[in-house]
Amino acid sequence: MENIYLTIVLAPLAGALLAGLFGKVIGRSGAHWVTILGVATSFVLSVVVFKYMVIDGNEPFNGPVYTWMVSDGIHMQVGFLVDRLTTLMLLVVTFVSLMVHIYTIGYMSDDPGYQRFFSYIALFTFSMLMLVMSNNFLQLFFGWEAVGLVSYLLIGFWYKRPSAIYANLKAFLVNRVGDFGFLLGIAAIVMYFNTLDYAGVFAAAPAMAGSTMQIFPGSDWSVMTVICILLFIGAMGKSAQVPLHVWLPDSMEGPTPISALIHAATMVTAGIFMVARMSPLFELSETALSFVLVIGSITALFMGFLGLVQNDIKRVIAYSTLSQLGYMTVALGVSAYSVGIFHLMTHAFFKALLFLAAGSVIIAMHHEQDIRKMGGLRKYLPITYWTSLVGSLALIGFPGFAGFFSKDTIIEAVHASHIAGSGFAYVSVLSGVFITALYSFRMFFLVFHTHERFDEHTRAHLHETPAVVTVPLIMLAIPSVVAGYWIDPVVFGDYFGDAIFVSHAHDVVGHLAEEFHGTSAFILHGLTGPAFWLATAGLGTAWFIYTQKPSIAEQLAQRFQLVYRIMLDKYGFDRFNEIFFAGGARGTGWTLWKLGDVLLIDGLLVNGSARLVGWVSGVVRHVQTGYLYHYAFSMIIGLLLLLSWFLWLAPGA
Amino acid sequence: MVLADYLILGAVLFGLSVAGIFINRKNVIILLMCIELMLLAVNTNFIAFSHFTGDISGQVFVFFILTVAAAESAIGLAILVVLFRNRHTINVDDLDSMKG
Amino acid sequence: MGEFPLLSLVIWMPIVGGLLVLATSQWPSLNPRPLALAVAVITFLTSLLLYTGFDVSTADMQFPEKASWVPAFNIYYQLGIDGISMPLIILTTFTSVLVILAGWEVIKERPAQYMAAFLIMEGLMNGVFAALDAMLFYVFWEGMLIPMFLIIGIWGGPRRVYATIKFFLYTFLGSVFMLVALIYMHTLSGSFAILDFHVLRLGLTEQVLIFLAFLLAFAVKVPMWPVHTWLPDAHVEAPTGGSVILAAIMLKIGGYGFLRFSLPITPDASHELDWLIIFMSLTAVVYIGFVALVQQDMKKLIAYSSIAHMGFATLGFFLVFTIMDNNAGSSHGSVMAMEGGMVQMVSHGFISAAMFLCVGVLYDRMHSREIADYGGVANTMPVFAAFMMLFAMANAGLPGTSGFVGEFMVILASFKASFWIAFLAATTLILGAAYTLWMVKRVMFGEVANDRVAALQDVNGREIVILGSLVFMVLLIGLWPAPLVEVMQVSIQNLVAHISVSKL
Repeated sequence: MENIYLTIVLAPLAGALLAGLFGKVIGRSGAHWVTILGVATSFVLSVVVFKYMVIDGNEPFNGPVYTWMVSDGIHMQVGFLVDRLTTLMLLVVTFVSLMVHIYTIGYMSDDPGYQRFFSYIALFTFSMLMLVMSNNFLQLFFGWEAVGLVSYLLIGFWYKRPSAIYANLKAFLVNRVGDFGFLLGIAAIVMYFNTLDYAGVFAAAPAMAGSTMQIFPGSDWSVMTVICILLFIGAMGKSAQVPLHVWLPDSMEGPTPISALIHAATMVTAGIFMVARMSPLFELSETALSFVLVIGSITALFMGFLGLVQNDIKRVIAYSTLSQLGYMTVALGVSAYSVGIFHLMTHAFFKALLFLAAGSVIIAMHHEQDIRKMGGLRKYLPITYWTSLVGSLALIGFPGFAGFFSKDTIIEAVHASHIAGSGFAYVSVLSGVFITALYSFRMFFLVFHTHERFDEHTRAHLHETPAVVTVPLIMLAIPSVVAGYWIDPVVFGDYFGDAIFVSHAHDVVGHLAEEFHGTSAFILHGLTGPAFWLATAGLGTAWFIYTQKPSIAEQLAQRFQLVYRIMLDKYGFDRFNEIFFAGGARGTGWTLWKLGDVLLIDGLLVNGSARLVGWVSGVVRHVQTGYLYHYAFSMIIGLLLLLSWFLWLAPGA
Repeated sequence: MVLADYLILGAVLFGLSVAGIFINRKNVIILLMCIELMLLAVNTNFIAFSHFTGDISGQVFVFFILTVAAAESAIGLAILVVLFRNRHTINVDDLDSMKG
Repeated sequence: MGEFPLLSLVIWMPIVGGLLVLATSQWPSLNPRPLALAVAVITFLTSLLLYTGFDVSTADMQFPEKASWVPAFNIYYQLGIDGISMPLIILTTFTSVLVILAGWEVIKERPAQYMAAFLIMEGLMNGVFAALDAMLFYVFWEGMLIPMFLIIGIWGGPRRVYATIKFFLYTFLGSVFMLVALIYMHTLSGSFAILDFHVLRLGLTEQVLIFLAFLLAFAVKVPMWPVHTWLPDAHVEAPTGGSVILAAIMLKIGGYGFLRFSLPITPDASHELDWLIIFMSLTAVVYIGFVALVQQDMKKLIAYSSIAHMGFATLGFFLVFTIMDNNAGSSHGSVMAMEGGMVQMVSHGFISAAMFLCVGVLYDRMHSREIADYGGVANTMPVFAAFMMLFAMANAGLPGTSGFVGEFMVILASFKASFWIAFLAATTLILGAAYTLWMVKRVMFGEVANDRVAALQDVNGREIVILGSLVFMVLLIGLWPAPLVEVMQVSIQNLVAHISVSKL
């Protein structure tokens, strides 16, 4: 099996290198063939691993590939941990990646950077696989930063656009802020556990639960809380949680396929995966879990609001992604890790679907992304229409669709939890349901229904997109419907086994499992719950406002102008960061340079001492008259002084 | 006569020559003469010490000094001639090319 | 291998070769470049024998040579290397090959003298790393300044005179104090052998004075804040090759000095004053990081980033005492810190060389270093853009490149010393990315800024060879640092064991 694991990782890398280094030689079709072949290999092998691991029920694999280095007795290795959690992630990542690869053939067909794009997304797949298959913190950080790198490269793929290169720098830097915490967390782990391997850390963690450290003199902090919060700061960056969420909406400057793959389905969920993987650590600190919960519920609710006022089709979905990531984080906060991962999976399918469908619309509309300039596209893009509908229903958690199972379970789990902050979280996730339905169907109706708001020229060229685009849509629509029925084994069964650890006191999922009596009963139960009615209300409101009475929306915006402004301004995060952090850093740098380096060190100390020497010699040169007799006289005076000193003053004279 | 008389004479000669070097602003030749005078002051002291201590080597040195002084003034005068040829002056105040 | 004078060969071959190259300037028809390249390549290959023949299981000096030089003062021509100096020698010989190649077409005026200066400097720098006699060390140390002085002064930019004088005075000021310290120790021990100094017993006051004298010499070379201001000026005025050698090797000599002199000779003074070094290092990381952010000149920006990166090296070297104090005397973790510092030095050698070569590639074409004169270079130079991107990422410490390894090790170890040291050190993750990538954004991305950018030609074969070999090294160390760490492991363990015992 080791060779299979290795091949899963290396096949996309080989594709990426071939397409990247020999792009000119192998040509456009060569580039997409090698990368698709690579990712397809990974996907097929992931299915093989799934069979081996889940169906045949073999033991998890945990072993090194090679030793990165040994320093001070700490073995730093590159190695794989393949258990059922990894297996699930492998399936999701390789499947979505494969779909996106195929879709890209259509989406990027007339882009000059075709080979480069394929090289990047294959490289991304490699990095993401390294991340999920890692068995130690070093490799986790490797994958973590590598996906960040590829994200940076892909957001700035159209490097001529000022907005794209602004967005990619912003994305990288904000992620680096998260990584800053993450790296400190890893350093703390090395300090207290003396190893980087998950197995060793998890085994030793319970013994550490009671120990404390001092960050500020005089205040004791639980070591586990510090470690978990530091690690979670990394997850906040990667999974775009408030306040490190600011990069994700801007990342929509990248081509749509990567918005689907990286900024919806896989990379942004790396943080969720990481926290689930670290469940044995997070379970030891309730403070950290509460922190996770509160951050998650803030993200889930407040980012959803912003989706209401966006007009760019991709940005609406981006804010929806933020909100859904908040849901996953909330699930982690109430120790329902398996539910979080389950939502991660269903979300990967339906959100990738929504993004790709949006991409399909964008192709058809000749790269118009403003939903105010669309409308009535249903009859031109039938496949896109129906798949979008499936995606939207899954997103709002309509009973029977994938999102319903995962989201409803999250809400139930929050309801059942007693951890600090769970009351607030419950309100957030419930109101979030209404908001989600409202913005999703606002977009859906404005794009596919209502009257046509584009010009004749666009209409003339409007037709369904080619098969390379629609086939992935259909392929993703299928799991968006059916994946939810897998909830029985994954969440309520013992699918994850030892991969996820939940302490008995926090075991809300076990509590829910007692009340779980099959998926159909779950659907029936859902129909009577508040979440369903809120979703339906949201859908209905969207239908009424945007198809029947568009004037209401404007009146609301007029009536609540202040709120509307704040929301358009995205609560001012961007402006604050721009002024305070970016401007502040430049100002600090400028001050330190001009004041510290140029004025103080160079001006005062370096050139100052040079000037001092110059000044002293300027004074002394007046003694040097040039007249011989002055010199002779001073010699004599000197002689006299020396002689008198020797005669009368010297010791022993 | 005691030793002190000779030494006073030497000191007076020395003082005269120092004053001559320092006060003189006009003529380089006077400078040269003052230097000669200074050497003579030294010679006087040498002879006096030689006589009173009974050591002849002091008087031997005087001959050396006289020879060297003669050579020195010869060279000094030669330099003076060249200087005058170049600068058309032997005024001390004009000779300040050593000024820093 | 003991009998064959390999180290002497590595020192004197480039010097003799350099003199030969210099001699060719008598015949203008002769092309000095192939000869210079041959000398550099042969020296590099010879130095590889040092790696293959190196015994990683011992901390003793290897490839020893000893001959009497000035018997009256007990000065010997004594050479030898351990795991600390060996990687630096190979770094020197490797970089010298690149520098010769980089000056191949660009230097049209006095090429023979230019190449000769670099070759002679290469030999002298190897001498610094290999010398085991303090006087020999000092001679090489000072001798090295002369070719560099000439390189900046003759082939440099418009303000080269100011820069050379500043460079020379700064470094000379530091080294004179070192000489005093060396002579003082000679009067105590009667020997100039560095290894004798290591075991010399010294009182605390003596140690502090000697430590400060060394500090002045080495801090200027590294350079540490606040004696760093010569570096940006020297870099800006130096020709590309000069910048490369300056950043890749000269700075390392300061770091090497800390490991070879300051720590083992004055461990108690180092313990007393380690807060000073840690403060200066962290200032280098944070303060200089901010200063680098606002630079308008690419070379200045990279020069400042060099200072920040070298801050990590010095931080790693001096963490040992804080780690011991805060962990009940256990020095566990300090080997990692010191190794991290060493890896950082080697890695910075490659990355800064690469960054300066990249700027050189642009400068050769546009004759400007101002960031504002560029924009959209990726449109006209795609291959170059790929190289630049990789090196920029390495400079920002991306995992998988060599830039990450050292920073990672130092941050891991510094957490053991104190949370706040780690916190401040880790800000480089943000600052390093900010200044490097912001520069890349302004230079490489965007629409083609002007006609001169539009007329740019992509990198040629020679430049691809140079940059490609650096890519190889950067990725090799990033993906598999084990061989490098293994080489220095025993020497550094020995050093840590030595300095954790008080000399008082």
